[in-house]
Formats: sequence, C-alpha cells, structure tokens
Amino acid sequence: MTVRVGVVVFPGSNRDIDAVNALRVAGAEPEILWHETTDLAGVAGILLPGGFAYGDYLRAGVIARFSPVMRAVADFAARGGPVLGICNGFQVLAEARLVTGALLRNRGLRFVCREVTLLPEHMDTPFTREIGERRPLRMPVAHGEGCYYADEATLDELERDGGVLWRYANADGSVAGPEDQGNPNGSLRGIAGVRNAAGNVAGLMPHPETAVEAILGSDDGLGIIRSLVVSSAEWASTGSIAGTRPMAEAGR
Amino acid sequence: MTGPAIPPLPLHRTLGLEDVELEAIREKLGRDPNDLELAMFSVMWSEHCSYKSSRPLLATLPTKGEDVIAGIGEQAGVIAIGDGLAVAFKIESHNHPSAVEPYQGAATGVGGILRDVFAMGARPIAVLDALRFGDPSDARTRHLVDGVVRGVGGYGNCVGVPTVGGELVFDPSYQGNPLVNVMAIGLLEDGMLMRASADGPGNLVVLYGSATGRDGIGGASVLASATFGEQDPSKRPSVQVGDPFAEKLLIEATLEIIAKGLAVSIQDLGAAGITCATCETADRGGTGMLVDLDAIPRREPGLEPFEVMISESQERMVAIVEPGRWEAVRAVCERWDLPVAIIGRVTEAQDIVILTGPGERGALDADGRPVDGARELARIPARALASGAIVFERESRAPARRRLAPAPGAPAESVDRLPLRGQDPGAVLLALLGSPNLSSRRSVYEQYDHNVQANTVAGPGRGAAVIRIKGTTKALVATTDGNAPVSALDPWLGAAMSVAEASRNVSITGARPLGVTNCLNYGDPTRPEAFWALAEGVRGLADACVALGLPVTGGNVSLYNEASGSAIAPTPEIGIVGLLADVATRVGPAFRADGNSVLLVGHAGPGLAGSEYARLAGEAVEDGPPALDLALEKQLQAFIREAIARGLVESCQDVSGGGLAVALAEMCMWGDTGAQLRLGVGD
Repeated sequence: MTVRVGVVVFPGSNRDIDAVNALRVAGAEPEILWHETTDLAGVAGILLPGGFAYGDYLRAGVIARFSPVMRAVADFAARGGPVLGICNGFQVLAEARLVTGALLRNRGLRFVCREVTLLPEHMDTPFTREIGERRPLRMPVAHGEGCYYADEATLDELERDGGVLWRYANADGSVAGPEDQGNPNGSLRGIAGVRNAAGNVAGLMPHPETAVEAILGSDDGLGIIRSLVVSSAEWASTGSIAGTRPMAEAGR
Repeated sequence: MTGPAIPPLPLHRTLGLEDVELEAIREKLGRDPNDLELAMFSVMWSEHCSYKSSRPLLATLPTKGEDVIAGIGEQAGVIAIGDGLAVAFKIESHNHPSAVEPYQGAATGVGGILRDVFAMGARPIAVLDALRFGDPSDARTRHLVDGVVRGVGGYGNCVGVPTVGGELVFDPSYQGNPLVNVMAIGLLEDGMLMRASADGPGNLVVLYGSATGRDGIGGASVLASATFGEQDPSKRPSVQVGDPFAEKLLIEATLEIIAKGLAVSIQDLGAAGITCATCETADRGGTGMLVDLDAIPRREPGLEPFEVMISESQERMVAIVEPGRWEAVRAVCERWDLPVAIIGRVTEAQDIVILTGPGERGALDADGRPVDGARELARIPARALASGAIVFERESRAPARRRLAPAPGAPAESVDRLPLRGQDPGAVLLALLGSPNLSSRRSVYEQYDHNVQANTVAGPGRGAAVIRIKGTTKALVATTDGNAPVSALDPWLGAAMSVAEASRNVSITGARPLGVTNCLNYGDPTRPEAFWALAEGVRGLADACVALGLPVTGGNVSLYNEASGSAIAPTPEIGIVGLLADVATRVGPAFRADGNSVLLVGHAGPGLAGSEYARLAGEAVEDGPPALDLALEKQLQAFIREAIARGLVESCQDVSGGGLAVALAEMCMWGDTGAQLRLGVGD
C-alpha cells in the first residue's frame, strides 16, 4: 500500500501543485488537507507547501499559524509524526514555533528566484536519509522573506544539536555566508533549512519539490521528498522514526 | 492667480466623448442620455473598449485555423492541442496606468490578463512580460523599471503563475510613455471551455470577487485613451489597485464553478467594470439585463451610481447562473471567502436597465421583477454599448519623408560599411554584448518566480520559454517579440518582422507555432501619420500571418501612446504559442559538444538600419533596414522544424538583435565553450 502524505492547502498556497507532483514522483499518495479542517484523514506525514498563505500581506506565515489545520499539525508533530515545511511552509512552521528561528526579508530586499546549491548535513535524519551520495544539491529558491535569523547563542545550540540540515554553498563548495554570492537571501551561517530538537519537524526555503524530474533542470530534490515519504511509512507502521526522540524529552 | 472665468465643459467632453459621439448616442437612444448613461457610454465607447479607430483594420486579419476553438472577440484565443486539451492565450497592454503608478499599473496588468484566460476555463500556467522604457540612465526611467518589475513579480509570484519570458527594451521614444504588455497562457482541460454570453432569459446575473470601490474610475477613458502631459498627478486616482491574493482565490473559485458546470457564462471585470461585463455578455447572448444597483457589494459607503457602474476595482467576475444552481455557486464562493451577490436578471428585452430600490431591500424581488417604487436610472440597448459602438474612419497619411524598405524578395540595395567606419569588430561585439538592450536580463527575471507549478523546462533568459504539460509528452513553447526600431522606419516591415521573429523563436525549439496574439502599441489615431503607421502595422501583421499560415486569435490595441507631443516608435508586440509533440526532442540555443559543426541557414543580407549596432554607432546614409522574404521565412522554419524532428540538430539559435555576432557569442557563453568560425563570402 502506498503511503499517504498530507499536503496542507491554505488560501494562497501555490506550490501545492508542485508538492502533489513531487509526492507522486516519489511514490506516495498526496492527500489535500484544507486549512479549515482539524481532521488529518489519517495521513502518515505532512508537507506544508510554498505560496502566500492568506496573502502574507502582514508577514509570511503569521496568519496561517492560527488556522485550524495548524492545531492538528502541531498535535501530529507532538506525537512524533514527520512534518516538512517548504518555503512558505517553513515560514509557517517558524511562526508556529515548531522550528527555531525567524525568516526575515531577503537581505537584497527583493524577491529572488534562482537555482542555488545546497550542502546537506546529518545524512541519517528523517529528511535527509534518502539523499545518498549525490551532493551538493541543485534546486531553485523563490521567495521574498527567506533570510534565516536567530541570535548567536541559539545558532550555536542549533549547530551543536545537529539542527542544521541544509546550508547554501558557493561555487567552490564552501558554505555561503550572508554576504556571499551563493547565499540568495543573507541567511546567517548559510542556513537554508533546520529541524526541531525532537528531529521530526523540518523546514527549508529552497524547493526540492520543484526539482524532482531531470526535464525541469534538476532532480536533486527527490532525495529530500523520498526521505519524507520513507519516514512517513516508518512512522505509520512503527509509531516512531529512527533518529528522532519524543518532543517532551527534547524540550522543544 | 485668477484669470477670466473659463466656462465649464459640457459633461460629454469632460468624459472624453466628442460632439459627433454625443449625436450618435442621441440617435441610438432616440433621446438625450442622462448623466449615468453618458458615463456608461463614455467608458464603453473609449478607444480601449470599443476599438473605434482600429476595428476596420482588425477585420482584415486572418483568423481561421483548423484547431482554433475561440478567436477574436472572445476574452482569449483558444486552440486545441490534442489529448482533449487546449491552450488559451492573450496579450494585453497596461501602458498608461504603469506610467502613472508603475507598481500597481504593472500588477493589475498581470491580474487583468490572467482573468481573461481563466474566465475561459483555463488554468493559467505562464506569464510573459514585454516591457519598454526610455533612457536607462535617467532617474525617472529607473523608477519606472523598478516599479514595473516589482509589480509584475509581486502579482505573478503571489498568484503562483510562473513568469517565464518577455522582453526589456530601452529606447528614447518611450521616455514619457513606457510600454507594459503582458501575455498570459492557460491550459484548458476537456469540457472546461466557457464563453461570456448571457444566454437564457430569467437566469441570474451573479457578481463575485472583491467588493466595488472607487479605484479605477474611468481608467479606460481617462488613462488608456488620451495622451499625457508632462506631469499628471490628477490621473492617479484612476489607477486600479491589485490584490493578488484575491485573484488567487478568484482563479480557484472560477475553475471550480466551471468544472462543476454551475455557470452558463463567465466574464471578468476589467476596463469599464460592471458596465462592460454586463453589456458585452448580454450583447453576445442577444439578451438584456435588469441590474439591481443596490445589490452590488461595496467597499465604502457613499458611492454614486456612475462610480459603481464604471469602477475598475480589480479581482471581480460576472457569472450568468441558472436559478437552480445559485446555492451551489454561493457555496463555492464562500468556501474561497469571496463576496458573492445576485445583482440582476437576464431578460429577453435587449436593454441594460439599471435600477435602484425605494428602501433597503433592493430593486428586484425574489423572482427578479422590479419591486414597487423601484426607479430606473439608465436604460441602454446592450448592443449600442458593445458591438454597436461608434466606428471612426480615421484619416491615414504616409509621412512626407520616409525610407522605404526593399520590396519582399528584392535584392537589398544598401551596403553595410562596418569595417570601413574604422570599427574594430571585437570591440563592436563587446559593446553590443554590454549594451542595455542585449545584456543579461538576470537581475530582472530573478525577481519573477519562473518555476512554480513544476512545469518550466526552459525559463527566461535564453530564447523561447518551454512549459511541459503534465501527464503528456507535450510542451508549449511561448515567446513575445516586437521590432520597434524597424517599425519606426517602415511600419509594415517592422510588424511583419516581429511575426517572423516570434514564429522563428518557436520553430527553432522544434515546436510548431499554433497562433498569434498581438498588442498594437501606436500613437494618437487622430493624427493621420500615426494612423498610417497603425494601418501599415496591421497590414504587415496580416501579410506575415497569411504567409506563415498562422491564425490571429486575439489581442489588444493601445493607442495614444504619446507624451508631450512625441509619439513612441510604433511597437507591434507579437505573442506566439507553439506545440512541441515530444518535449524530450526540444532543442535549446547553447552549444552542446566540442566538434559539432555550425551552419548558418538562410540569407545573410545587409540592412543595418534599425539594428542594435545602429543604436550604438549611428547609421550611415546608405544603410537600409533588413529585407524580409516571407516565402523564404516559411521554408526556413519548416526546414528547421524538420531537421530537429529528424534528430539532426544539437542546438539552434535565431539571428536577431545584435546580429550573427551576438547570436554566436550567446551560443558559446550559454554552452560554456567556444567556436571557430569561417564566414563564407557572398551568398
């Protein structure tokens, strides 16, 4: 039986199209979860897609975090289920405090859509386990508010706990600092994506779900989507995922 | 300062109507119009809505094609592409609003053309934007570029439609009057085709989407149909304000209404607002409407009836709905948090009748009959406002001094004397590659989301865009091209070359061009020289489309593109969509492998006038514009498509702006390689 992964649709979500396509390419069955529902229809994992939830006129994700579906997503996460937020989905997770940090306006103050190079870290997590040897990864970013920010102490703690899963890279393969050409938005320490302390909730600004077929320029994102699908299947059958710990123990 | 009292203009003049137009209105009504009726006529008879100067010319365009499902006169052209699918596409201008308020002008330009496409039942899958501005070193130009680019991006990015291509051109003639032309492409699934025709007397007129406010009052007549003075802040309230989030909801609600078969007809509200949407749909259906003014949801209190009727508030649609389906339509709109209201009834009598009620309960009862005490504010035959609008036979006169292009196929008599002008060819190439019109556009298109929806095979920056169609092997190929410099020398030739180049850009990917949409940006049609340029442009467009076998499926005419007494270079903007049967066979412009041979196909003739080189180096008197042989062009494109279909071609690039040198340099740079080339002597 194919694993069912929920795709949350807020009014204004637009990469839900990409997310549905990517989950199918990865062999999963996407299930649309409307923003007004608290019934997750028994899905084994959740993907929060990109877009402009509720228009994002105030600040990205700030309204979406109060939606009924997010209460259900928070419960799902607390039970250890895998949740991946991409772009606007990452912004919503950050606003909901399900992952650490904030996403500020891009350093260049402009929307930026281009291909970036990503260095994945910690290859045994629920969101990186299927990436394999192929790295760095090429995939697009497309956002106006993607500058990852947290204070220095929090960043140190995040790195110590293995919370950073993806960083932007320069052409020479080095990590792209806030001022570097390989960093599209000024994210501190080149951070493109993080996970929570429990390990079962992650978010990233780049779009692995748009880079799942060679005809579209890259299929480097497929490993991340497949990781979510495999982790969802594991959680559905065993009630836990290797490499994660209960949220109560993680403290956050 | 006080001067002699100026007598107030009569109302029709204030609204932009000429005396002869007032006479024609009196004739159609058999009486004097009241103020509301005059306001409705003024927007519907504006150049923008009525095509009153260009309609006789547009009737000469070839429109037939075996796969054409909907063409000129519909909200967008629709062409079948097999597998039960069809493509809807159209290009439209938003020049004048963008000159006044660049961000909102450009943003609402995107919104308007998207609505034209999804009103037909197509999901929007791509946007292309063709932009033209004045001197790039000028501070005001930079302000306009910045605002327009952010406006296109701000809207397109939020609604989730990729901006996959377009143009950015600088020329002094656009200094006071930039051009913002936006093309949208949508994909129609089987059974989704919707028309805007108010059939079935007794059916409900349903307005859904944003509430109606004061923005965009008279945009069509005030902005789009008059020339600009130096600085004109008084026109700012006429610019519409866009809400892309509302548009995204409108897309989803509209496609859901159509997929569920809930509507008889859908039309978007753009120029001339509710007036246009009601009279055009009634005119197409051979019906009329009772419109209950009180039932129209408002953004603010105190709106005058004429403001409600001509407001160009964005993100609104009018649907014609059978009474039994109203509850289902309402449920869809409420699910998407969109205001929705029954604002009238379709009638057999072919008049648009605007009513207001005596109290709070509105003007129509539950059965759609006027309640006791309802007052009639306006009554106009729908046809008089729409297809029966006035048409002008404008005077056309060729300018006294002009250069003639060589006749098609004739040997070019001009001689290019590039080396003789003392130029180092290497320095010329570098100057061309760094010139404002040929350099990289990355800083612009990186502000546009060009891959949302996961269909973009080739995005902006390298020739035509390629959009795959999920679930098939097919792809759509799209481009916009407009040759204004050659149009300025010879408007026939410039328009025909624009069609040839757009078609060539599609053919060199291996795709078969399907049809043409066009945005004709010209000057004040009441000036005989400007009207001549428009007439010659339409003739060139028609000749090229006939020669290349391409139907024209729609478009838009933007006149009065003049500022402070000087007109823009005539700019025929051509949008073409092509079909690639197997996306895997597509060819791109980058060189791919060492050792491949480079062939020049076609006729390399002289013709530097109107070129990018001439823009940098100036023209010698003996320079003429390039020759165009449409019969050869047809053969050339057929040859390229067949060679690609047979798998013989690794990469292909057309020779256009910057000539052969720039074309080859781009192929090298994009392929991260070099090439050794030997130019043959003679033909």
